[in-house]
Amino acid sequence: MMAGQRPTTSAAPADTGRHAYLQNKVTRRRAIGPGLRTFLIFAVLVGLGALIFPSSYFYRVGTLVWINTLAVTGIVVLLGYVGLVSLGHAGFFAIGAYATAILPNYGVPSPLAMLSGVLLAGLLALVVGRPILKLSGYYLAIATLGLGMLIWMVLSKEAWLTGGPDGMTVSGMNARNLFKMVGLNLKSAEAWYWVAGFTAAIGAAIAVNLAGSPSGRSLRAIHDSDVAARSLGIDVARAKSRAFVISALYAAVAGGLLALANGYITPETGGFMHSVEMVTMAVLGGATSVFGALVGALILTALPQVLTVFADYEHMLLGGIMVVTMIAMRRGLVPFIADLWTRRKS
Amino acid sequence: MSLDIDGIGIAFGGIKAVDDVSFTAHPGEVTSIIGPNGAGKTTLFNLVSGVYRASSGRVRIEGQDVTGLAAHDLARRGMARTFQNLQVFPQMTALDNVMTGCHMQERSNLLSDLLGLPGARRETERSRASAMAALERAGLADLAHRPASEMSYGQLKRLEIARALVTGCTILLLDEPAAGCNAVETREVDDLIHAIADEGKTVVLIEHDMRMVMRISSHIVVLDQGRKIAEGGPQEIRTNPHVIAAYLGAHGAAEAEAAAHA
Amino acid sequence: MSELLQFLVSGITVGAIYAAIALGFTLIYNASGVVNFAQGEFVVIGGMTAAALIGAGVPVWIAAPLAVIAGMLVGVLLYRLAIRPAREAPLVSLIIITIGASIFLRGAMQAVFDKQIHRYDGFSGDAPLRVGGATILPQSLWIIGGSIAVFAFLAWFLNRTRAGRGIRATASNRMAAALVGINTGRAMNLSFALSAAIGALAGVLATPVTFTSYDVGVLMALKGFSATMLGGVGSPLGALAGGLLIGLIEAMTAGYISSDYKDASAFVVILLVLFLRPQGLFGARITERV
Repeated sequence: MMAGQRPTTSAAPADTGRHAYLQNKVTRRRAIGPGLRTFLIFAVLVGLGALIFPSSYFYRVGTLVWINTLAVTGIVVLLGYVGLVSLGHAGFFAIGAYATAILPNYGVPSPLAMLSGVLLAGLLALVVGRPILKLSGYYLAIATLGLGMLIWMVLSKEAWLTGGPDGMTVSGMNARNLFKMVGLNLKSAEAWYWVAGFTAAIGAAIAVNLAGSPSGRSLRAIHDSDVAARSLGIDVARAKSRAFVISALYAAVAGGLLALANGYITPETGGFMHSVEMVTMAVLGGATSVFGALVGALILTALPQVLTVFADYEHMLLGGIMVVTMIAMRRGLVPFIADLWTRRKS
Repeated sequence: MSLDIDGIGIAFGGIKAVDDVSFTAHPGEVTSIIGPNGAGKTTLFNLVSGVYRASSGRVRIEGQDVTGLAAHDLARRGMARTFQNLQVFPQMTALDNVMTGCHMQERSNLLSDLLGLPGARRETERSRASAMAALERAGLADLAHRPASEMSYGQLKRLEIARALVTGCTILLLDEPAAGCNAVETREVDDLIHAIADEGKTVVLIEHDMRMVMRISSHIVVLDQGRKIAEGGPQEIRTNPHVIAAYLGAHGAAEAEAAAHA
Repeated sequence: MSELLQFLVSGITVGAIYAAIALGFTLIYNASGVVNFAQGEFVVIGGMTAAALIGAGVPVWIAAPLAVIAGMLVGVLLYRLAIRPAREAPLVSLIIITIGASIFLRGAMQAVFDKQIHRYDGFSGDAPLRVGGATILPQSLWIIGGSIAVFAFLAWFLNRTRAGRGIRATASNRMAAALVGINTGRAMNLSFALSAAIGALAGVLATPVTFTSYDVGVLMALKGFSATMLGGVGSPLGALAGGLLIGLIEAMTAGYISSDYKDASAFVVILLVLFLRPQGLFGARITERV
């Protein structure tokens, strides 16, 4: 009996393999690549939000969701693709935000100010990351924790430049004007919502492109086995350093957007808890995909708005989410639900 | 390209895991490293492939000194390897595992990767094609889209060989490639290694299956307690009294003899 | 001159606290390979619990041991509820778990106690003693004495007792330790309990001098890391030396450069160590086995 059943059971997996291969060929014949597809999905979601939002308040929360999604996408690249934890990404976020806030006071136009902040964050990540990333994963977590605190400290202490602990107002461009140029008259909150959503969509598309590219494969290889990656000629320290810089750029762009959209920033944008928040969003949603970033950002941005107790128990909730997710569904919500779905179908 | 090991050694906490080992592996040949468990075979591989840094001795590729180069630099000089205790990428499919091996062949830059430009996509297509070919060769084409985490030990062993092959290596270090394989699979691995050597690659093999070693090796190096105790052709090794005492034992010698006459 | 002496005294005092944190940190790292980001929270638990008890009229000599026991319990809970269920998890998951635990404990501290800054009187009063040209608080002597006692205790415990040898065996090779009949689970429980107790003790001793509040744990952990990394990860002697050095560097920074940036000195040390000498002063480079 058993012997008779064997060939069928062993043939079945081979069949699914071939089937999957065919499917893959079909996918490849599609006109649009995965990056563009992700962009379009995000664009639809941005539009859906705009359709159902009843007031400016919703647009403001929506803007925050997209800004956080963008920052967390950077964490996805670092944590999900390569497997590195940064506890100081709020520092890069704050560099983007403060450059966008400070430089216009010295006559630099807002877009240029934001660009300088982004470049500065990237440069800092490059300089700090390179030596640390030669070492094991713990060192990056500790070093970024220190770096983030250092940045936060400078922002809080150098009041002449940053306004100190009270923060500073951001003067400069308003996204309304962008839309006015094409004849659309939007409220400021709506305009920023579209800009943030659009940027998050581009960010997601870039991250998805990266995942499927030669560079992305190297990063994912390092995630799974450092030693094997090296044996294939991958310069591990260099690849990690690239991912670190890329993720810092994401954070800085998100920071710049927040400064502009909010019109006001405080050193807490660069604080330790903000770094932890970003990591928690990634972990909760699922750090391996941009959709995980979106889901994590959505839940942890919307929840405090809905639950007023959230403010009182914020730390316990964030910490609890990190621990429980890591133990009960290590890959996060999106992959977890996707697994349930496929299992139910089959 | 020939691989020249000259007096290489390393100590861990005072214990000499590998001590003054020398041998040369030639292109088109299979050179096997054998010895009892703990003889230092895998440590030797780790020294040669740049995972560990040797405390003494030299490694040369085609006469050029490559001692102390980082693992990825050695890979760029044409050295590829597999791992005794498997170092696959479990979250990737078999195909993606092998495509990662194409890293050194891929000519795309980070910017075009990020923007998904046609250049990057073309490189990915090229890698996909050569990875499929390598999977085919290793007998794994049917499993191309299976996550590596769902493959058997013997399949993963062959997956590592396929991944090493696509690097375009000239020197291939194989650490127990037939472990976990049944008799049929062992024969397939055997044929594959033969074919690789026939292409003119330098193959260095660690293997416990004596029949296989005796069948495919041109040259055998025997290690015991970190030192080389014998070296020579299969026939010499089979009859070398030191080797029999240290490793083969009566049973192993008979098995090897049987293989020779098979 | 007396100014320098004063800085030395305060440097050694805070340095002794960091050394104690670093020792607790080293103990867990050696036993389990886990870098416990929640180590600083034990310090807060010790300080806050002692402050609450003393505030409620409990005498110091009862409040202090109770606070240490509270820390110890939390340490065991941390191991059982968060670390043990994720035993086989990759490094990244363990990092995230201990960070999550640290944030959770911070929140719990805020919920159980409050958001205020706390202190209580020094064990032997707060009248400063004069030594040379410098003044020294009696509590500083308690802190320094406490750290030395912890170090001596650990040296004795790990080398001379059965339980301690179990921890060391588990640390060097878990599988082999289990095979020769050592209860590695108990060794892990014990190392978390001890490490947490050491942290809580540091908090109890330090609070009269440094004050405490629910959110200083991360900062404490970071100083502890700096000390550990400066001394060399895994080396108890390194933890002690590293802690004292970080304390001194911090005191000198506060005295001669800017008190605004005294906390920054620890991070600068971390970065410098990582750039220049990743194995620290007393650590050996670890070769990973493949």
